[in-house]
Amino acid sequence: MILKHQDKSLLSVRNLTVGFHVGGVTLDAVRGIDLDVARGEVLGVVGESGSGKSVAMLACLGLVPRTARVAGSVRFQGQELVGMPQSDMRKLRGSRIGMIFQDPLSSLNPVLTIGAQIVEAIRLHQPGISRKQASDRAVELLDLVAVPEPDRRVTQYPHEFSGGMRQRAMIAMAVANDPDLLIADEPTTALDVTVQAQVLDVLKSLRDRLGLGIVLITHDLGVVAGNVDRVAVIYSGRVVEAAEVGALFRDPRHPYTRGLLSSIPKLDEKRERLFSIEGTPPPLGRRPPGCAYHPRCTYARGVCATDDPALRVAGESLSACHFADCLEEIPVHQALAGAEIAEVRQ
Amino acid sequence: MSGYLIRRLIAMPFLILGIITITFFLSRVTKGDPLTAIISEQQMSNPEVVAAAKQRWGLDLSLPEQYLVYMGKLLTGDLGTSFTTKRPVLQDLLERLPATLELVIAAMVIGTVLGIALGVLAAYYRNSWIDHGSRLFALVGSSLPVFWSGLSLLFILSVQLGWLPGPGRLDARLQPPPMITGMISLDTLLAGDLTAFVDALHHLILPAFVLGWTVTGTISRLVRANMLEVLNQEYVLTARAKGAGELRVLLHHALRNTLIPTLTVIGHSFAYLITGAVLTETIFAWPGMGSYAVEAARALDYPAIIGVTVVGGVTFLVTNLLTDIAYMFANPRIRLS
Ligand SMILES: Nc1ncnc2c1ncn2[C@@H]1O[C@H](COP(=O)(O)OP(=O)(O)OP(=O)(O)O)[C@@H](O)[C@H]1O
Ligand code: SF4
Ligand SMILES: [Mg+2]
Repeated sequence: MILKHQDKSLLSVRNLTVGFHVGGVTLDAVRGIDLDVARGEVLGVVGESGSGKSVAMLACLGLVPRTARVAGSVRFQGQELVGMPQSDMRKLRGSRIGMIFQDPLSSLNPVLTIGAQIVEAIRLHQPGISRKQASDRAVELLDLVAVPEPDRRVTQYPHEFSGGMRQRAMIAMAVANDPDLLIADEPTTALDVTVQAQVLDVLKSLRDRLGLGIVLITHDLGVVAGNVDRVAVIYSGRVVEAAEVGALFRDPRHPYTRGLLSSIPKLDEKRERLFSIEGTPPPLGRRPPGCAYHPRCTYARGVCATDDPALRVAGESLSACHFADCLEEIPVHQALAGAEIAEVRQ
Repeated sequence: MSGYLIRRLIAMPFLILGIITITFFLSRVTKGDPLTAIISEQQMSNPEVVAAAKQRWGLDLSLPEQYLVYMGKLLTGDLGTSFTTKRPVLQDLLERLPATLELVIAAMVIGTVLGIALGVLAAYYRNSWIDHGSRLFALVGSSLPVFWSGLSLLFILSVQLGWLPGPGRLDARLQPPPMITGMISLDTLLAGDLTAFVDALHHLILPAFVLGWTVTGTISRLVRANMLEVLNQEYVLTARAKGAGELRVLLHHALRNTLIPTLTVIGHSFAYLITGAVLTETIFAWPGMGSYAVEAARALDYPAIIGVTVVGGVTFLVTNLLTDIAYMFANPRIRLS
């Protein structure tokens, strides 16, 4: 289903497709996804490793390799980004749109001080600013993301920072030019649980203070709860379910979402075995016909192996499942036990 | 790390002593008679003259005695007197050192700039014709003997096309500049003589290129390999995500991270170039230490041979040490620990 661009959106992605040339064929890592982010809103993008989350967001910024094929439409503040010349794109990157990555150690340049890297981000887009002013601003920014002793910290190198502090420094750098949109690609995956929460708090407070729109990429639905407004679940290069976060947790309309939800560890339940969806996502070249999820889906029937379901309204969600409307006949917790499901299906 | 450097410093005098000793004995076991350089052919048949010359130059002593005498003088900074020029070797060398340094430094600059540029381009455009072309260029440079590439380029560029002057450092019709540094290109510039300066550069460029070409390969292959690795690093993506242009990404972010290993190779190439200068100087009639060494070897001029070796060896060791010190300072992780 191809929606029209939503005018009030900050970022509006329609039918985005990204293909890589591998050994003479083009394999699509992203297959026509739609996303919307409004000002001051946090969109969670969830999916297992290899589902195409990073590729999709990098393609929005024109950061996929030159040889990649990008089709569809990405509107940022009404401006079309797909096909935009690199020189114009560069003016948006780091100024209107900031981006941070999973591993803050490898995403910071090891031979430049933290300060130099923030100053660079500022001066790339505000060449009129003096080095001195820019480095004062760098200290302010570190303070903004709650790095203690910022005036001492700016002169240090990344390896002198702890993981959490590095990610804060990355965030400071990404918001150095007051962007409108921040894309955070698994910003907490490499961090300890307590540090994760702190970094997420920094992001939320920036959203509140600066009115940022944020795309929070994660493979952990647990991170989504309490930190995002809306969620898009991605499987094998497609959005399989999109909903407001409350609705998604209350009434998931896609078996994959249900699987992800039941694999969140719960503190109150002393369950011994943690559920995880059986199998792994298909590699790019060996995507099954029909619904790409069907080899792993406990709800699958004959039609699933032949027809690829379109994204459509189901309950409070958009879901790409043939049975999106009748999943509730099988309660979520029962979906955990494969044997029971098999019975229901017979 | 500093402990390591101190150990290197302590080891250095012993290494130099070793170099001197080996050269001393190696040059003496070579067949040939150094007396032919000292006295004329007719006098060789006169036993009195021969005996007097032997005594005068200390050749009547036994080998160990000669060695002790030489080492004793060396301690006072006396490198002996050349059999051929009849002047103190140290004075000869000091006079010729600037020419060699001029050639080697120019070769180093050309070799490094070409090597880094080719390495960066080859990595950025990997597997394209630029990559293959730069590999071929580097391969030719490091495998062709200097005398071959030197003579052919001299023939083509100077004899056939007349674009560059022949061997030598300065056109014979021009007034040489007053000696300040001993490097003609620098001295002409200091003297404010632009015509001579341009002429000196014209004379310098081909020998410097021929010599520098021999090390471009090592440098460009290393830069390419390191750049390929660094370009895959996430901080390169971060730099692009910040809005940095490709040139900035390549030079400020990626190349900077390859500089530390590159620096080491550059330093070691410098030492290599000093050795390579010998042939280049001979081909281009460059009056430096290299051609001095060749003349000395031909005449079995022992003091000169050892003198050249000592200066060459010390330069080699010092450059390598400086390289390691620079390595230490360039790497924040090592510097701070
Ligand atoms: N340059 C490329 N060439 C070929 N295939 C690529 C390239 N970049 C990514 N891919 C493939 O595209 C698919 C999606 O990758 P992507 O990095 O977007 O996954 P992801 O959802 O971000 O996963 P993760 O959670 O591991 O970050 C993967 O199968 C990956 O192998
Ligand atoms: S369409 Fe079929 S296979 Fe795909 S998620 Fe729905 S039930 Fe499962
Ligand atoms: Mg990713």
